[in-house]
Amino acid sequence: MNATAEALFVAEPFQAAGDVVIDCNVNKIFYGDFLAVRDSTVPIEKKKITGFIGPSGCGKSTVLRSLNRMNDLISVFRFEGSVMYHGQDIYAKKVDPVVVRRYIGMVFQQPNPFSMSIFDNVAFGLRLNRYKGNIEERVEKALKRAALWKEVKDKLKNSGLSLSGGQQQRLCIARAIATEPDVLLMDEPCSALDPIATRQVEELMLELKENYTVALVTHNMQQATRVADTTAFFSVDISQGGRTGYLVEMGPTRQIFEAPREKLTKEYISGEFS
Amino acid sequence: MSEIDLTAHPKDSFLQPQLDYQALEPRALKSGFLTGLTWIAAVLAAIPLFSVIYMLLAQGGTRLFGADVVEVLTGLPPAGFEVGGGIGPAIVGTLVMVGIASAISVPLGILAAIYLGVLDATSKLATTARFLAKVLTGFPSILAGVFVYAVIVIHWGYSALAGGIALAVLMLPTVVLAAEEAMAQVPQKMKDAAYGMGCTQTEVIWKVVLPTGLPGILTGVMLAVAGAAGESAPLLFTALFSNYFISELAEPTASLSILIYNFSGMPFENQIELAWTASLVLVLIVLTFNILARLVGRPKV
Repeated sequence: MNATAEALFVAEPFQAAGDVVIDCNVNKIFYGDFLAVRDSTVPIEKKKITGFIGPSGCGKSTVLRSLNRMNDLISVFRFEGSVMYHGQDIYAKKVDPVVVRRYIGMVFQQPNPFSMSIFDNVAFGLRLNRYKGNIEERVEKALKRAALWKEVKDKLKNSGLSLSGGQQQRLCIARAIATEPDVLLMDEPCSALDPIATRQVEELMLELKENYTVALVTHNMQQATRVADTTAFFSVDISQGGRTGYLVEMGPTRQIFEAPREKLTKEYISGEFS
Repeated sequence: MSEIDLTAHPKDSFLQPQLDYQALEPRALKSGFLTGLTWIAAVLAAIPLFSVIYMLLAQGGTRLFGADVVEVLTGLPPAGFEVGGGIGPAIVGTLVMVGIASAISVPLGILAAIYLGVLDATSKLATTARFLAKVLTGFPSILAGVFVYAVIVIHWGYSALAGGIALAVLMLPTVVLAAEEAMAQVPQKMKDAAYGMGCTQTEVIWKVVLPTGLPGILTGVMLAVAGAAGESAPLLFTALFSNYFISELAEPTASLSILIYNFSGMPFENQIELAWTASLVLVLIVLTFNILARLVGRPKV
């Protein structure tokens, strides 16, 4: 492709088959003067797992973190475009980012339990939202769903930090789902975990999609093939002198991995560059 | 003595490697010598500490653990050749003034530390305030007394309140810097988790940053309290002294440190003994606060 004077490459829009919960239309994302991501349209479908893959620096985490306005915590961050969540633009002036994050939960790359008991970790969001019902019941339910209940049911008063890395990450997932958010964003949730813990978290994701809409950033292409229903491939464009990420191709995971439309996608998934 | 030189041996010497301890080998000698040196240094450093504690217990303990302990702890200071008496007003005075100082400096210091450590760590105001706090930690304590003397005592006279304010001036920088450090050490990923749950900035600070940093904050507060309880110079200009129990905050007030200063210079056996007792009581008060703070600040899980 000659990208000199002509228009920059823009991925063909992906037509989602089902209900779209979050319709993310990135026009431009800046950090200060640095253009981090451009022209990417990523619809997130209801009760499906949408995987974001691509090489380092391609902006997949940046796009994910734009979906619940986590990037607003970085003062130089600037978003141009729209993120339609059930028809409302979460970047509209009247929208409170704090409230957005209560609907759209997040699981981070590094397990980050609070320095409090296992129970209090899971109950944190419930108390934050002044949940009136039976907190113990909800904590148990969340820990069961996160496949952690059996391991911790006798030591709920122990510190969340006393658990192993894989358990901590499942605790963080339990904490995120205890408040029953609508959407769960997962930013490389397995990158700090060993293969066994990774497998457990992946099985968990597949169970979670019965109830939740999940968006998942992963460095691990096998993981995308194992869990994602839809996959978005991002790449980084260094031709303009910068390092700008953009969406190359989005489609059903099978199609992306077995019959990619774009040459770049094909090269990436076959491991020709990373 | 044989120096080990692997390169000098033919390859097959590895079949019978020399693995035993070589006590006289130069590196082993050097290591042993340096280990011994650090050991001696540690003992030397401990000598003054143990001497002070021994002296306090031996000299102050006779009255404190004697038969007239109740009188010593609650009685009024004796005059000239009087026998008996106690240090009651000084204990109460010290507790009251350290209490006033803590009531002023702890909330103020922690709130300031939140601004410096969490809200706006790199702003000009924060950098300036942090620099000034560091300068103030090395501030001669007598100047705090002179300052409060000039601002308060000249207008309203000597009082427990003025003494408490002088101690608060001394405590504030320690509290601010320790609390800031404790809160800055709360990992960013924990704060991210809280923001990700939909916490406002205030909720992140109250529910995550402060509880997580609490042990560090309390350590700083205890350091400040211990320092303030032992101060005498600033109280000389502000609270002065009194032979009676404090009845209101606006009157001259006794303190342990001034009592120690006054009595230890007197030519009377009884007063000198009480000065020793007061020193031991002061150390025990600080120790008690330290233990309490550790119990309160210990992570709950």
